[in-house]
Amino acid sequence: MSTPAISVENVTVHYGEVLALDSASLTLEHSRICGLVGMNGSGKSTLFKAIMGMVKPDSGRVLINGEPPMKMRKEAGIGYVPQSEDVDWAFPLSVRDVVMMGRYGHLGFTRRPRKADRDAVEHALERVELSEFADRQIGQLSGGQKKRAFVARGIAQGATMMLLDEPFAGVDKRSEATITRLLRELAEDGATILISTHDLHALPQLCDEAVLLMRKVLMHGSPEVVLQPENLAMAFGLDVMNRG
Amino acid sequence: MEFLLEPLTYDFMVRALATTAIAAVVCAVLSCWLVLIGWSLMGDAVSHAVLPGVVLAYIVGAPFALGALVFALIAVTLIGVVRNTSRVKEDAAIGIVFTSLFALGLVLISVTPSQTDLNHIIFGNLLGVSVPDLIQVVVLGVVAFAILILKRRDLTLYAFDPTHAHAIGLSPRRLGALLLGLLALTSVVALQTVGVVLVVAMLIIPGATAYLLTDRFSRMLVIAPVISVVCSVAGIYLSYYLDTASGAMVVLTQGVVFAVVYLFSPRQGLIGTRLAKARRKRLLAAA
Repeated sequence: MSTPAISVENVTVHYGEVLALDSASLTLEHSRICGLVGMNGSGKSTLFKAIMGMVKPDSGRVLINGEPPMKMRKEAGIGYVPQSEDVDWAFPLSVRDVVMMGRYGHLGFTRRPRKADRDAVEHALERVELSEFADRQIGQLSGGQKKRAFVARGIAQGATMMLLDEPFAGVDKRSEATITRLLRELAEDGATILISTHDLHALPQLCDEAVLLMRKVLMHGSPEVVLQPENLAMAFGLDVMNRG
Repeated sequence: MEFLLEPLTYDFMVRALATTAIAAVVCAVLSCWLVLIGWSLMGDAVSHAVLPGVVLAYIVGAPFALGALVFALIAVTLIGVVRNTSRVKEDAAIGIVFTSLFALGLVLISVTPSQTDLNHIIFGNLLGVSVPDLIQVVVLGVVAFAILILKRRDLTLYAFDPTHAHAIGLSPRRLGALLLGLLALTSVVALQTVGVVLVVAMLIIPGATAYLLTDRFSRMLVIAPVISVVCSVAGIYLSYYLDTASGAMVVLTQGVVFAVVYLFSPRQGLIGTRLAKARRKRLLAAA
């Protein structure tokens, strides 16, 4: 059996008195797309941070390709697409500037881009269909274009693992379809993708598997099974069943 | 022409202009990151909190920059400790720490024999800049400027998306520390010019003004120092002819230019955007 792409082993994280993750365990194979489903405060963001090595677990450990996350980070293999609320959209950067930041892990002391890096950026922009908007200030894009810009950053980076935080929040249907197609292509190329989302309808088309999180991993399986109403009720409380 | 050249016949005016220009450039470049991260208050805090360090360095005969760096570090650590270990919020923590350290500096000045020299630290003493002072400003200014420019891409990444910085193997914590260290260094450079009280203006206004004029960070890094130098030199000339306090005049000029940009900037200005809109309407009506 090959080494899993992500292996979270009994990870517990506290923020002060608050328990954010309670002995959570999760194994994800290469080239898979996994949807992470849970309420606000269920530990989705904390799980992302643990995988990126931004929070140190109180107990348990995270391995990426069988190694501590540090190694993968040094190789610039982890791409991250932040939640919209976490981005300063008025920041004076063009779309191209942001995508170029994906290359920084491969660049030298002053991060001066070479031709190969500029080519990688143009190629990534083409792939997410944002070439014509490359010189726009990053806040002057639609919701879906903003997400695609950050996906392009991961592509330019050459990330073999992508973490996406709520990629469908504030995104129209067409952009959602474009992003879904893009992520499927990336997974076929070998990337492992973990997505946290509230958008349960998008999961079956997008994901190979889904995880129900409520401080611990309640369930991990195919989206169809995990999204059964009685299972969602476990993670969200009962009202979800009535809403269908 | 004589208007411009006459002050230059005095050596002290030449030194004043050189010092101000250097401080203006370094402060302005740094201010671009400070206003975008939202660290203006931090700039205020650090530039005040270095005072006891500078005074102690004066007393023991150590370089001012060393004392300033030590106390900048103490200030940032104390702010973090108060914020994280009590229910006091960050802005209050900053306010408590920097005013206390500033007061400590004032107390130290009041018990140190050579008072005249040290009082200049508070309000600046542009017209009394000595040759060794100028050399110190040049050395510190060049060091701070070089680091800022060489690491500008990392600092911008840190300001925009520290999580991505972390994900690709950089250390946001170290980049933040670097920026704070440069803030302390820059404060020392600017002390000579406008004094502790007004340093914060040099550390905020140019970046904020440039931010209203462009959507590109790389252009901010050019616009901010140009505005800052022009304002500073203009301020010194004005103070020479109007016989007013030179440091305050420099800051006042920067404030006036910010106000003009705030009102008339074609992209962001309060009146400028309306004028542009009206012009587009007229063009449409004519077509």
